[in-house]
Amino acid sequence: MVEKNAAKNADVSVPALGPLGMLRWAWTQLTSMRTALFLLLLLAVAAVPGSLFPQRSVNPEQVNQYLANNPGAGEWLDRFQLFDVYSSVWFSAIYLLLFISLIGCVIPRARKHAKALRTPPPRTPARLSRLPEHGTVPLPAEHDGGPSGAAVVQRAAELLRKRGYRVEARPEGPAPSVAAERGYLREIGNLVFHVSLIGVLGSVAVGGMFGYGGQRLLVEGESFVNTLVSYDSFSPGTNFSEESLVPFSIRLDRFEVEFDRESKTHFGQPIDFTASVTTTDTPGAEAQQKQLKVNHPVRIGGTAVYLVGNGYAPVVTVRDGNGDIAFQGPVIGVPQDAAYTSLVVIKVPDARPDQLGFVGFFLPTAVIGEDGVSFSADPSATIPQLNLNSYYGDLGLDAGDPQNVYVLDPSTLTELNSRNLDAGGIVLDAGTSYDLPEGKGSVSFDGLKRYVALDIRHDPGKVPVAVFSALALMGLGISLFVPRRRAWIKVVEAGARSGGTQSDGTGERIIEYGLLARGEDPRLVAEAAELRTLLEREWPGMVRERV
Amino acid sequence: MPSINEQLGAYSDLFMLLAAFAYAVGFIAFAWDLAKSNSTIRELEAGLLEAEARQLAAVGGPAPVKNAGRTAASGGALVSESMDYVKDSGKRKAARVAVSVAWIGVGIHAVAVVSRALAAARVPWGNMYEFLTTGALIVALVFMAALLRKDLRFMGTFVMLLVTIMLCAATMGFPTPVAHLVPALQSPWLVIHVSIAVLASALFTITFAMGVLQLLQDGRQKRLAAGGQDRLAFMRLVPSAVALENAAYRVNTVAFVMWTFTVMAGAVWAEAAWGRYWGWDTKEVWSFVIWVVYAGYLHARATRGWTGARSAWLSIIGYLCIIFNFTVVNLYFNGLHSYAGV
Ligand code: HEM
Repeated sequence: MVEKNAAKNADVSVPALGPLGMLRWAWTQLTSMRTALFLLLLLAVAAVPGSLFPQRSVNPEQVNQYLANNPGAGEWLDRFQLFDVYSSVWFSAIYLLLFISLIGCVIPRARKHAKALRTPPPRTPARLSRLPEHGTVPLPAEHDGGPSGAAVVQRAAELLRKRGYRVEARPEGPAPSVAAERGYLREIGNLVFHVSLIGVLGSVAVGGMFGYGGQRLLVEGESFVNTLVSYDSFSPGTNFSEESLVPFSIRLDRFEVEFDRESKTHFGQPIDFTASVTTTDTPGAEAQQKQLKVNHPVRIGGTAVYLVGNGYAPVVTVRDGNGDIAFQGPVIGVPQDAAYTSLVVIKVPDARPDQLGFVGFFLPTAVIGEDGVSFSADPSATIPQLNLNSYYGDLGLDAGDPQNVYVLDPSTLTELNSRNLDAGGIVLDAGTSYDLPEGKGSVSFDGLKRYVALDIRHDPGKVPVAVFSALALMGLGISLFVPRRRAWIKVVEAGARSGGTQSDGTGERIIEYGLLARGEDPRLVAEAAELRTLLEREWPGMVRERV
Repeated sequence: MPSINEQLGAYSDLFMLLAAFAYAVGFIAFAWDLAKSNSTIRELEAGLLEAEARQLAAVGGPAPVKNAGRTAASGGALVSESMDYVKDSGKRKAARVAVSVAWIGVGIHAVAVVSRALAAARVPWGNMYEFLTTGALIVALVFMAALLRKDLRFMGTFVMLLVTIMLCAATMGFPTPVAHLVPALQSPWLVIHVSIAVLASALFTITFAMGVLQLLQDGRQKRLAAGGQDRLAFMRLVPSAVALENAAYRVNTVAFVMWTFTVMAGAVWAEAAWGRYWGWDTKEVWSFVIWVVYAGYLHARATRGWTGARSAWLSIIGYLCIIFNFTVVNLYFNGLHSYAGV
């Protein structure tokens, strides 16, 4: 009925609404609880595709792979931003609408609550017996030496105040009463919670704008200085400026790995990675020794350095056809399995007369399998060995096109060494050297180092996000677990109870109490019982024999 | 690093099997209690009516009228709306046996989990096997602890079945000998983040069962009110739909706060481990989805037209997301969390 009337009214007033009225109507809709609920559920649904399809923000390689494998569908998925779900137009639209709705919801509620905070507890209902929790306690008549109604009410008000209620005593009139309310904090908790969510979102945005992150591989003995050129890869925030890079430095002194050597079932599983590093906060500052471990980043100012990977870097010397050293140093081995079988690519553009290239594996503990192929049996470097194929020709680096350093494109090269050729593959044990066929040069395996993969990150939104999250959690707890309830206590003539107006003239009185929960309150019954106990203790009623 | 006690680990495995067996027996006993609820209630009502008739006859009042609506909807004198134990509930002998067996199961199970922890000298939740076995213990413990104060025996069948399945899945699907933690899991946050997550999940498990029962009871009450047949007679041992809804809401609020904390603690850990507090890793996506669904549930309870069955559905969907997050996401989606899988 009510809804029908409302609809009719709306019909009538539509022409008069005008654009402003329409806006107001839209605003009311957007900030309704129903819309909030709908948007919340929509947000949950919209987040799901991000776990079904690879995401650029998480793993761009996987996205390219997916696009290559599914050319038709992939393109369409990409058009709908299904590889960038969390920055997509539709996902952003949902959460922005949700947050607009949130703001539209919070402001009037805050205003209303501010008013409620200044308003005394509501008037005492005529019939407390209609409340969900209520009861009576007998009180001796005044002419039997009982206290006055006003005194009872004043004392009851005190008792309620001690229990955290805000009270207003109304001692005058035929039925003196006290009205009380508690749990104003509940609504404040709710507001704090919702406002903190806005704070979290804002802080995330700040981090995305002014933060940066990058990667760097560091071999034992090498140093990293926090400047743009030192990064292997770098992703700046939208408002990043180079000045925000604090030029601290970090040197990898030693990297130690501990493998499980006791367990039969988990033999060789890593149980500890420790990088010993030397850092300086700014150029020329005092050097400090620190330990960098998984789960324990090294923090320098607002920037943190994380240990995210590690591997072996065999030290190699390559001499070219002219007999000159064309390359010397550690080469990154990319681990392919738990035994650290590592992919190695060596490009030697400085070799003359022909450029040289090598591809193969580094095996920390080389053993020969039944099929004659070497593999690594253990992650420790007990029998280190390099197995390489070699090439000569044009590496294609001179064109200036960016190339992946971990991939060698053999299309413009001629094979020198491989299992398929008479020369065979190159097998180098530690400290040995090999002369390439046709006098193209030589390669030697001189030593072994370890390297670490570092993530270097700066996110100015981090601390505010943490603060707002903590506030949200606190607000949530308060809003869910602080009960909001009202209580009334009044003194009535026995005959005038339950709304009757006539007293029976005996002067017999009772204390009536009633409680009302505002919102969820499972402990209201217990509170009523507690209140009753208090009243009974304060005014031990005389149980009279009635005829 | 203290060494692994493989002998103790083997004992733990054995106890795990024994616990699963005890739970299976508990399941049968609870199911038996439900199955014979009809005859129990009939017996009880007959006794009640007789007593009442005798009393009334003595006073000379009118003949007793059976309070059909109330007894039919909820088991009359057998269950109370506040889920407190009532006087006659002790007459459910099968249920009493079931509870005793379940306690034995919990005892054995606790020994198994604790000995696993001692064998590995660390918290017993570092891989899928351990998540399942410890998670099952928490579910069982939470349920049994609740039983001490409230008569939730109507959910016994469900809980016993679930923990039996979890233990069997762990033992058969993911047998993992005791071992040290990989470096990525060596963090105090493993203790905090995972323990609260497991506890929250256990509470969500309870409310899931309540939600399903609420929907069944709701349908049944409507059918009975319309004069229909009672096709789910065992539901007489279950409180009314409204009582279930309110109880589930209370538990859900606690679980939701815990889940909120879990997500936040996870973010703190992710910051220390991977350099960012949030990265939409598949596990993070689903934890977020779960959080938002339950936030929706809390909103629904405050939205006109969304209380009752609809909010129960949201609670159920939330739980299905938790199951999905724990099974499919752990096993089939690759992400940063995947090492935690097996
Ligand atoms: C980012 C989106 C939101 C989230 C995650 C969220 C979450 C929550 C949660 C968890 C609660 C229950 C705890 C409490 O009472 O404080 C809640 C309550 C509430 N929310 Fe939201 N909320 C969101 C947006 C909104 C919006 C847009 C509105 C207004 C239209 C709104 C209005 C309310 C109200 C009125 C309550 C109190 C319900 C009650 O009295 O039980 N919320 N919200």
